Amino acid sequence: MTPEELDQIAETERVEQAQFTQRVNVCVAAGCLSCQSQGVKDALSQEVDRRGAKDHCQVKGVGCMGLCSEGPLVSTSSGVLYKKVEAADSPAILDSLSGETVSRLVCPTDIPFFQRQKKIVLENSGVIDPERIEDYIAANGYAALIKALTEMSPREVIDEVTRSGLRGRGGAGYPTGLKWSTVSKSVGTQKYVICNADEGDPGAFMDRSVLESDPHRVLEGMLIAGYAVGASEAFIYVRAEYPLAIKRLRNAIRQAERVGLLGSNICGTRFSFRIDVRLGAGAFVCGEETALIASVEGKRGVPRPRPPYPAMEGLFGQPTLINNVETFANIAPIIRNGGEWYAKIGTEKSKGTKVFALAGCIENTGLVEVPMGISLREMVFEIGGGIPGGKKFKAAQTGGPSGGCLPSDCLDMPVDYESLAKAGSIMGSGGLIVMDESSCMVDVAKFFMDFCMTESCGKCIPCRVGTYQMHRILSAIADMTATQQDLKMLEELCDLLKHTSLCGLGQSAPNPVVSTLRSFGEEYRAHIDEHKCPAGVCGEQRVGEPA
Amino acid sequence: MASYVAKPAPPNQDKRWKLVDATIRRQGAQARGLIETLHTVQEAFGFLDEQALRYVAMSLRVPLSRAYGVATFYHFFTLKPAGEHTCVICMGTACYIKGAPQLLDAVERDLGIKPGETTTDKKVSLLTARCLGSCGLAPAVVYDQEVAGKVSTAAVRDHLKKWTHA
Repeated sequence: MTPEELDQIAETERVEQAQFTQRVNVCVAAGCLSCQSQGVKDALSQEVDRRGAKDHCQVKGVGCMGLCSEGPLVSTSSGVLYKKVEAADSPAILDSLSGETVSRLVCPTDIPFFQRQKKIVLENSGVIDPERIEDYIAANGYAALIKALTEMSPREVIDEVTRSGLRGRGGAGYPTGLKWSTVSKSVGTQKYVICNADEGDPGAFMDRSVLESDPHRVLEGMLIAGYAVGASEAFIYVRAEYPLAIKRLRNAIRQAERVGLLGSNICGTRFSFRIDVRLGAGAFVCGEETALIASVEGKRGVPRPRPPYPAMEGLFGQPTLINNVETFANIAPIIRNGGEWYAKIGTEKSKGTKVFALAGCIENTGLVEVPMGISLREMVFEIGGGIPGGKKFKAAQTGGPSGGCLPSDCLDMPVDYESLAKAGSIMGSGGLIVMDESSCMVDVAKFFMDFCMTESCGKCIPCRVGTYQMHRILSAIADMTATQQDLKMLEELCDLLKHTSLCGLGQSAPNPVVSTLRSFGEEYRAHIDEHKCPAGVCGEQRVGEPA
Repeated sequence: MASYVAKPAPPNQDKRWKLVDATIRRQGAQARGLIETLHTVQEAFGFLDEQALRYVAMSLRVPLSRAYGVATFYHFFTLKPAGEHTCVICMGTACYIKGAPQLLDAVERDLGIKPGETTTDKKVSLLTARCLGSCGLAPAVVYDQEVAGKVSTAAVRDHLKKWTHA
């Protein structure tokens, strides 16, 4: 593959696409697929065939368009977005391409949900066909890789990433440029790149969506990283629970190998790179980097003490760069447009955009990408469309089981790494779950503690025994049998786990408890002193319909 | 110097072992391929039994204890065969808030089994998931690989009735 060949592919694809004067894009990411969007796509294709319009009307499967709660979503070349489309609607939609829009299905795109977003990571999601490399190349794909390989030295690539101010999107926010630089300086016979796609946080589905909608973007980011740090082998560690993402990734790797963007002597340079997929097997702790490395090595996913950090001694004892899916997805645009361009977006210390998965008691559930520093209020009430059923906002949960619950007085806080940490939560990988007044905070804390207790790998005692004890106390509070003594013990355990656990799982396990104790302490007291649950969740058998 | 150990023969004539052997070969018959190989076994046979664990351990030259350790460490692997149908209820945060516990209660009561168990007639297995990533459609349930969103108690009950009365 030479730069000219890449241009050739892009040009051919563009000419081919220009032949179609009409286009219908159907979302075929997991969210819409579970609302039968495949049937919609097939029906549309059949209808186009039946009308003999195949040469000028294209029906394309594309990635996530964001508003998952209104799926299946279909967008047309006339610029209209249709929601909740059924197979039977296909004739009407095709008619609308050259006539009246189908008003009963129209999803307004002038709402803040679409208008307030700034798309970098998701720029191709919902636009290109995730199963065709040509479509990605036509959308400027792999141009950044060619630029890096032919015009930049590895040092310059790292400098560009450093200038962008990009920080790890997995949750901790470690500066990406610094990490790359450490790995590039480490000495080893072989260096590795690992992409962490073990999205274990319940309530987070950003990585899945990126992998399903635009897998080549992640591969390109990993290739550039490999070139920058001097690695020649890479692994993507994906959850086995994401079969569609795995399928599209494997397909993307095969395609990239076929056109020579993966393999030996890429672009006629001395740079060779291989990417392999490794399947996770359902262990939350494998999101921790040392546990993830153990798992890639085919062992039980248990963490080990750091240092040595993986950047020095990682996979098979060699220097290893581990970044999250979203971090890699940001690389290509940074190289293409320059680090300074990226650094203009966001706040002083948190640059760029962040993809959030909005879920829970919120009108518009789905995927959004917003600039860092946006306020929580904007996210929940403008982009998210507020709480359904006229209920009151109670808390927003970020960071999954390692994060905290932000009460309503945090609504005007900017969403960036520092502010979230100060409020007792973390950025996490980007799950944002909104709770209304019908959620009991003790119950929520118990839910997360149950999660951490089950997911604790059992290697260190503070986490193994501590999560169990904390769960026992939280259960007692929920059953109204706890005493003030228990509450005191709970607080002590929070402190103990935080300071003595081996890895991030145990250290952050108390966060949901600490943050709810701080903001919703009166709920704990009501359970203990008055034996009642203000939200009416605890104590009785759960019966009836889901909310 | 490592002595050469011949690769063991598959436990029986079942054609599915060929898939397993292909994975083992692709991993260079090395210990690092253990998880990948177990994935293939589970995909082909539905679960990991002792015979399969012994065969994989021998082929990759790892102690049986390590194969067993890995198989039991990860939630995704199961040592028991599943029922004819599986019903997975997502217990991720979004689904939990939107009423997944009520769904689970209803199913537990209807089938008389707990998560991880299979009905005595081997018809239905009940499982829970940490998060399916279908949070936009909470609460979500997977019926035999097919994800259904915004599920009500009545809907899950109806679906299970179709299986148990078939």
